[in-house]
Amino acid sequence: MFVPLKWLKDYVDIDHMDVRKLSEDLEMSGSKVEAVEVLGEEIDKVVVGKILEIQRHPNADKLLVTKVDVGSEIIQIVTGADNIQEGHYVPIVLVGGTLPGGVKIKKGKLRGEESSGMMCSAKELGLVDKVIPAYQKDGIYILDQAYTPGDDIKGILGIKGHVIEFEITPNRPDCLSMLGMARETAATFNLDMNYPEIKINHEHGNIEEVASVEVLNTDFCRRYAARAATDIVIKPSPEWMQRRLMEAGVRPISNIVDITNYVMLEMGQPLHAFDLNMLTDKKIIVKQAEEGSVFTTLDGTERKLDSSMLMICDGEKPVAIAGVMGGENSEVTDETRAILLESANFYNDNVRATSKKLGLRTEASARFEKGVDPNIALNAVNRACQLIEELGAGKIVGGIIDIYPNKLEKRSLKARPQRINDLLGTKLSPEEISNILQKLEIEVSQDEEGLLLAIPTFRQDITEEIDIVEEVARIYGYNRIDVTIPKGNSQGAKTNGQIIEDYAKKYLNAAGVTEISTYSFVSPKGFDMIGLPEESFMRRSVKLINPLGEENSIMRTTLMPNMLEVLSRNNNRNVESVKAFEIGRVFLPHSIPVDQLPIEKPVLTLGMYGQNIDFFTMKGTIESVFHNLGIQNIAFTPEKNHPTFHPGRCANLVWENHILGVIGEIHPDVAENYDLEVRTYLGEIDFNIVLQITRLDRIYKALPKYPAITRDIALVVKDEVYVKQIEDIIKENGGKLLEQVQLFDVYKGKQIKEGYKSVAYALTYRGEDRTLTDEEVVKVHDKILNQLKEKLDAQLRD
Amino acid sequence: MREKLEQIKTLALEEIVKAQSMQELEQVRIKYLGKKGELTAVLRGMGGLSQEERPIVGQIANEVREAIENSLGSAVEGVKAIEKNARLAVETIDVTMPGKSQEIGHRHPLNVVLDEIKGIFMGMGFKIAEGPEVETVFYNFDALNAPQNHPSRDLSDTFYISEDILLRTQTSPVQVRTMERSKPPIRVISPGRCFRRDTPDATHSPMFHQIEGLVVDKNITMADLKGTLDLFAKQFFGVGTKTKFRPHYFPFTEPSAEVDVSCFKCQGAGCRVCKGSGWIEILGAGMVHPNVLKVCGIDPEVYSGFAFGMGLDRIAMLKHEIDDIRLFFENDMRFIKQF
Repeated sequence: MFVPLKWLKDYVDIDHMDVRKLSEDLEMSGSKVEAVEVLGEEIDKVVVGKILEIQRHPNADKLLVTKVDVGSEIIQIVTGADNIQEGHYVPIVLVGGTLPGGVKIKKGKLRGEESSGMMCSAKELGLVDKVIPAYQKDGIYILDQAYTPGDDIKGILGIKGHVIEFEITPNRPDCLSMLGMARETAATFNLDMNYPEIKINHEHGNIEEVASVEVLNTDFCRRYAARAATDIVIKPSPEWMQRRLMEAGVRPISNIVDITNYVMLEMGQPLHAFDLNMLTDKKIIVKQAEEGSVFTTLDGTERKLDSSMLMICDGEKPVAIAGVMGGENSEVTDETRAILLESANFYNDNVRATSKKLGLRTEASARFEKGVDPNIALNAVNRACQLIEELGAGKIVGGIIDIYPNKLEKRSLKARPQRINDLLGTKLSPEEISNILQKLEIEVSQDEEGLLLAIPTFRQDITEEIDIVEEVARIYGYNRIDVTIPKGNSQGAKTNGQIIEDYAKKYLNAAGVTEISTYSFVSPKGFDMIGLPEESFMRRSVKLINPLGEENSIMRTTLMPNMLEVLSRNNNRNVESVKAFEIGRVFLPHSIPVDQLPIEKPVLTLGMYGQNIDFFTMKGTIESVFHNLGIQNIAFTPEKNHPTFHPGRCANLVWENHILGVIGEIHPDVAENYDLEVRTYLGEIDFNIVLQITRLDRIYKALPKYPAITRDIALVVKDEVYVKQIEDIIKENGGKLLEQVQLFDVYKGKQIKEGYKSVAYALTYRGEDRTLTDEEVVKVHDKILNQLKEKLDAQLRD
Repeated sequence: MREKLEQIKTLALEEIVKAQSMQELEQVRIKYLGKKGELTAVLRGMGGLSQEERPIVGQIANEVREAIENSLGSAVEGVKAIEKNARLAVETIDVTMPGKSQEIGHRHPLNVVLDEIKGIFMGMGFKIAEGPEVETVFYNFDALNAPQNHPSRDLSDTFYISEDILLRTQTSPVQVRTMERSKPPIRVISPGRCFRRDTPDATHSPMFHQIEGLVVDKNITMADLKGTLDLFAKQFFGVGTKTKFRPHYFPFTEPSAEVDVSCFKCQGAGCRVCKGSGWIEILGAGMVHPNVLKVCGIDPEVYSGFAFGMGLDRIAMLKHEIDDIRLFFENDMRFIKQF
């Protein structure tokens, strides 16, 4: 909402007020200031010039050489303009003058002819295209009447003062008008409101004789008021009116249309002027559109209608879409001689729905869909008639048609001062509260229970006591409310799960793994990219109805594609080595189609590539992190059938017979899909189970007091024996005395039979309460060796 | 014999002085004091001496041995020192060579900032609540007093799964769930992912993060809201930070406010970060609307509360002067490792 301050001054005395203070205080009472524009700030030495003479340029077909009276002298200006005539008054930038955008005018020669200034267009004077009247759009700005040459153009065109742009919140449609903003200003600064005096001096005849109105649908149309005017003379509206419209962001069209827009901006009531002679039977019927009918709005666009849309019709056809836009068939044109002025009120839901369906949003629909006070309709139509008369645009027909079956009355409301103070933390007296509310034109009376209020109908947002609390707070001033800390002794804490997640991330970081964060919604193509078969349960996903694109159209059921995408992106950008993790949610539907909230469950996904990184880097990272989380007895078992992974380099992560996840080197096909030319390692672990099996409590175990005895063994076993099998047997048979088993060498080659490998371990024995004797160790050690031989045919290597 | 001993002493001491290394000293020791050494030989020959001479020569022999041992001892110390110094000289390294880097992983910048914010609110007695990212229309809109025709409900603004299920557009549903689940006093913050149908650009992302806070108890006032957020701002942005509460409109709260903090880069003087205004808008807040309390089964005549929300991504961007929100989700390691 653009508010030119010179317009605002008509209704509230802000002459003495500093603009900065005005905008800051209005913002603090709830009208957010988007911008403050200083008009004509960059315009200097631009004056009125009278064109005395126009001649062709001797050396250029498209240029003219003119003599212009600029008051102090007569200067020569060369121009390319084609819309000027001798006798026109135009804005002239003198040598040394400036225009918006930092343009500075210098003396110069154009094709040999001297030029000592420049004529300017509306655009060059800083007007935006959107508001420049059609007839001023091209060429030089031609002033509408004679002025004294040499006078400052800023004074003539009123290019001065400030325009404040406000952001109006959706609950305050009453502020979408100059009067509304004036009321806010008056309340904020405790000033008096000067409403415009509305008076029509001459009326002739009666509207009943020239027009009639019938409202068939009162569910959508709350009120329909109309007046008529004859002897219409269409011409541009005066400079002052055009200027105000333009500053408020509306393009001037012609006097009648400008008046309807002016009143809308002033009072907030959208008006529409019909060419009365174009209305069949001089009749208005308000009813729903015929399903599937077509209607051309005054912007020349054909609109397809349906029966939910409310239309304004004449005796035979639709002439306007109620509350949205008029029709081409009845719009005011240069030939218009009589008009019917509509000042109606339409219920917001219907206007919103229609406007949305048509994709057509106008100043009128924007106001109706937020809600217009139905009680301003008569004032508004009368104000328009007053301006028609004052501007000599026509003669006003006597009488008003007004169909208003259910009058909106002021709402009565109770408010308790104690309640207001309790919520705000203030100590305002009932009188102070009354004063604030009265500034907002709320009528206040008091009884034992509190304040009895009558809410003006332009404040339809105030419906309950809490709304009054807000009104009091904002006018009293949020900045005057105390600053206190809530009482009570509540304790801040994280849940167990949050604590464990923090630890897990800490340990992952310590292991050199970096956290990433990827979208919860992904592309279904990811399933193909990681090689999932058609029937995979992981493809059962939660789908979005209205995604931005296929790439974000389903909720992820795995983070593996996300991770691979990140690895691929980094690899493409020549990041040499990456170790990354994400702990994020996957979304698993209960049923398809989704009719209840899906299961959301956290998973930990890891991804790595780079020099010195292999399968065992990832495995070791997980082992270290799990060890620190107090998770014991995890194992990695070969997994040969996971489609995402290399069949020989993939393992399930197992804890007490539960599969927690899978890790491995990605399958070459998957690597190709992600354009990963490096060996890439990926893992995904059910973090929900991790949360449950993590043990953060620690119980001290005494440090060893007695010496250890270490025995190295080298075994020759068949290639296909997993070291895990050997270790399991060693541990099983080592009993309490065996402290540690450490693999230190695996060897194939010379001295080892084809199909066999040598595996070397260091076994550490220690007694908790004594120094072990050789015999004790030998006994256990031999048992281990025997079992290895028996179960795995492991031969001790000499 | 006496002369012999004196001679041994003189020779030994001379050799000790000449010796340059531990090895040479050891040779000297062996030559004179070893099992087959010269002094040992002399002592062995003492058997042939008379009773009278024996103690006298014995004493001299002991003196000689002592003198040699002492001399050897100090020579060893000297040579050790020389050898140590020589070793240190040889072992000198170029300490300006690059260190062996020990890679430490990094937290994602959004979580670095989130952790800091969580810490501040936990210090003020807040617990951390979480809720689903896929939500019902009821929790995301209806229970939060959002008007039925509010544009944020449109298909053009919100991602839907079905008519009743959507991707939450705010973390406020967590507040409703918390109020339903627990009785006042309530003091929680709920951080999490949110989704709005914005096409990604430098300042918009269809997925972003919010942190909302909720306090419900008896006698909670708007002054408490101001105090809580003021304290947060001072802890997060610095002790000199000021806050400004401007009236605004949110369906979920009333009275509602937008909260500005004085620019932490320029301390309010005006700079690029605050676009010259000296203030940065970072929070929306207000007193929980009585309708919302009612929906959650809390009597608004007995209890009152306040709520606030802020955009984590925006705050992280401001704090670290990040100019493109998309960087958070690209996960370029060269970006994340800056934090």
